[in-house]
Amino acid sequence: MTDKIDTQRKLTNKERMKISRHAMPEQDPLERAKNFFEVPLGYTPELAIEEAERCIQCKNPKCIEGCPVNVKIPQFIFHVAMGNFELAAQTLKETNALPAVCGRVCPQEEQCEIVCNISAKVEPVAIGRLERFVADWERASRKISIPSLAPPTGRKIAVIGAGPAGLTCAGDLAKLGHTVTIFEALHKPGGVLVYGIPEFRLPKQIVEAEVHYLEKMGVQIQCDFVVGMTRTIDELMNEDGFDAVFIGTGAGLPYFMGIPGENLNGVYSANEFLTRMNLMKGFEFPNHADTPVPMAKHFAVIGGGNTAMDAARTARRLPWAEKVYIVYRRSHIEMPARKEEIHHGEEEGIEFLLLTNPTRFLGDNGWLVAMECQKMELGEPDASGRRKPIPIAGSEFVLSVEAAIVATGNGSNPLINKTTPGLAANKYGNIIADETGKTSREGVWAGGDIVIGAATVIKAMGAGKKAAAAMHEYVMAKK
Amino acid sequence: MNNVKGFPHNQGVHVFPIIEKNDLAAKVYRYIIKAPNIVKKAKAGQFVILRLYEDGERIPITLADWDEARGTITLYVQAVGKTTIMMSMMKAGDSLMDVVGPFGVPSHVEKGKTFVALGGGFGIAAIHPIVRAHRVIGNRTISIIGARSKELLIMENEMRAVSDDVRIATDDGSYGTKGFVTTILKSMLEKNEPIDVVLAIGPVVMMKAVSDLTKPYGVQTLVSLNPIMMDGTGMCGACRVVVGNKMQFACVDGPEFNGHDVDFELLTARQKMYSPQEKISLEIFEKICQTQEQRETAAW
Ligand SMILES: Cc1cc2nc3c(=O)[nH]c(=O)nc-3n(C[C@H](O)[C@H](O)[C@H](O)COP(=O)(O)OP(=O)(O)OC[C@H]3O[C@@H](n4cnc5c(N)ncnc54)[C@H](O)[C@@H]3O)c2cc1C
Ligand code: SF4
Ligand code: FES
Repeated sequence: MTDKIDTQRKLTNKERMKISRHAMPEQDPLERAKNFFEVPLGYTPELAIEEAERCIQCKNPKCIEGCPVNVKIPQFIFHVAMGNFELAAQTLKETNALPAVCGRVCPQEEQCEIVCNISAKVEPVAIGRLERFVADWERASRKISIPSLAPPTGRKIAVIGAGPAGLTCAGDLAKLGHTVTIFEALHKPGGVLVYGIPEFRLPKQIVEAEVHYLEKMGVQIQCDFVVGMTRTIDELMNEDGFDAVFIGTGAGLPYFMGIPGENLNGVYSANEFLTRMNLMKGFEFPNHADTPVPMAKHFAVIGGGNTAMDAARTARRLPWAEKVYIVYRRSHIEMPARKEEIHHGEEEGIEFLLLTNPTRFLGDNGWLVAMECQKMELGEPDASGRRKPIPIAGSEFVLSVEAAIVATGNGSNPLINKTTPGLAANKYGNIIADETGKTSREGVWAGGDIVIGAATVIKAMGAGKKAAAAMHEYVMAKK
Repeated sequence: MNNVKGFPHNQGVHVFPIIEKNDLAAKVYRYIIKAPNIVKKAKAGQFVILRLYEDGERIPITLADWDEARGTITLYVQAVGKTTIMMSMMKAGDSLMDVVGPFGVPSHVEKGKTFVALGGGFGIAAIHPIVRAHRVIGNRTISIIGARSKELLIMENEMRAVSDDVRIATDDGSYGTKGFVTTILKSMLEKNEPIDVVLAIGPVVMMKAVSDLTKPYGVQTLVSLNPIMMDGTGMCGACRVVVGNKMQFACVDGPEFNGHDVDFELLTARQKMYSPQEKISLEIFEKICQTQEQRETAAW
């Protein structure tokens, strides 16, 4: 792999906009539906440079505002266009500690790319694909730069949860010279990145590399440690000498639908199914992993978000799965999942039953055999602004499935709230925090899904960053 | 191309060493494991989740005892599936990859009660710390423990040390009363012996039988449920049970519940959720063990 490629072409804006947006090479849909390897294969350096040349280096770059952590997009893209990938990586990492993750899972189409100035005339610059390319190049080149750390401050900070919010907060605080320990309940750091998002969309090696980067910066990660049970926040602060605490525990409480038959064998929460498959590597059961996974032939996944798409595409890859349905009560355009994921799912042969809502699960001897569904039609927009689905009388039908995965949303885990007196939460259990993440408890900040409800990786990272800055001020002012 | 295996097997550092291991009756083993973080917070009625090695599954095990000074916990594990059989092959000095907890709501212990605890098989290990917690605050404690026969009975001495009275039942009558632990409880109820709270921990059939028995007498009855679990933090819902017509997560809402409200039929069904897979896993494992044995014998 070369550091520099001699294609520093001088182009006019008009010429730049004539280059068409480059797709990423992908694994063939029929082939990939049988494996757990990553679907997109990434840009080659040549493709990346050409794509970077499409950026017109705006004086007023809207893309930066569109990014929740304000990555210096034109700057890093400029370095890519110059073939200077190392500089591009450094620029990215100034503001984003997890670029290889964000390049893969961020909804760029509704953040930086949607506001890209050239999108008025042509397709926007493929910012996400370039981000991914640069981060992958850096990892492969082994030229991973560790940012310079401020001299030690002598302040100790605890971060609860090793998801994107906690990891980002910890990284920023370590850079500022603080002693940071992350406490994680599971046996691996990463949060949703390791237990929820599947291997074929985000290889776990990448998460591990990004976590390792934080460790190199001096962040301590203590897994198998459930705050609230193993230790409470009060004990961490009063007995263990932590000056401040950040809570980034995510939205990890599965909702069920409250319909009959929900506890039959064969009905799973998406969290259970995905955790078995990803964190516990159930896709290698029984030969290389011990955690069992459902052996059904027919799967129904209920919901229309990213979680539902991930569950369906994961089920599709099980060698014994013959049919995988997505059952969603609204129509295609209302699906909250990323367009790209829906498209990938369709290509892989997932069948979409839209405007369809399950009404009960039917069992035989304790085991799920079918799901009764009802057809829906769309009425007036509801509080969410989306048209409200209304059942069509007499439209019930029965769908034969032996596994049903409920992906209709997550609430927040009450463990921390129950064990931390004086920590204010709203009626959904989300911790109440101001824009810097400051909670009702002195010295305690919170951010990510635990505050705003299930959202995105980058929003959680943004919250971790803001909190880190405020926590820094707080601990430095403390005597 | 990326490696599907995900994380490389780099966690060579095992941090939960087995300090002591004893072979008790009926494939039940006692392990004393170093886990200082857990000891600090352990309470009667709680459990831990452990994982033996990378690629291993997470399984819940009740805390039978702990030692603050040594920083150790004591677990009793019956070797029945792949993970527990593998664990039974480990020796003192070997280490577990993960032990996390303590999980679950601790047992509610209140002064001024006559407390009767029933333990069947290795369920005796689970009642042990709870009986002790009652004894410590001055409650009268009666333990009814049972096994199929005398040789299979575990923890008799430990139970005597924490109970005012120990009553024993064996299925074959080789020790104590012939019959089940419920046989003894039944006669106590019939004789109107004073009982304020009953706790039963053991197989589902036993916990159901105890709950059915006490219901007409209106005696408060607690059971500790043992559904399939994974994370132990309320994140997956695998452990859901129905108590009083309400869905509960046993790992965070329990594991102790009012026995008169529990849907035992559902619990029995849900425990079998992965039985076919567990069988496959065990068969493959046994085959590997056999070939290994053959190889070792051949090498001799
Ligand atoms: C299947 C799925 C697919 C998704 N796909 C996308 C996507 O494509 N793009 C996108 O932007 N977003 C996606 N999301 C959303 C995104 O993953 C989350 O918004 C983001 O991970 C939230 O980060 P977080 O740090 O707040 O929490 P999490 O990632 O949930 O991490 C919280 C961590 O805290 C730990 N924890 C919880 N309680 C405790 C405790 N008491 N003590 C110690 N540790 C604790 C948890 O084990 C976990 O590791 C997806 C979510 C799911 C479930
Ligand atoms: S808005 Fe688009 S064209 Fe302009 S600097 Fe950003 S990425 Fe480049
Ligand atoms: S074990 Fe996962 S929620 Fe209880």
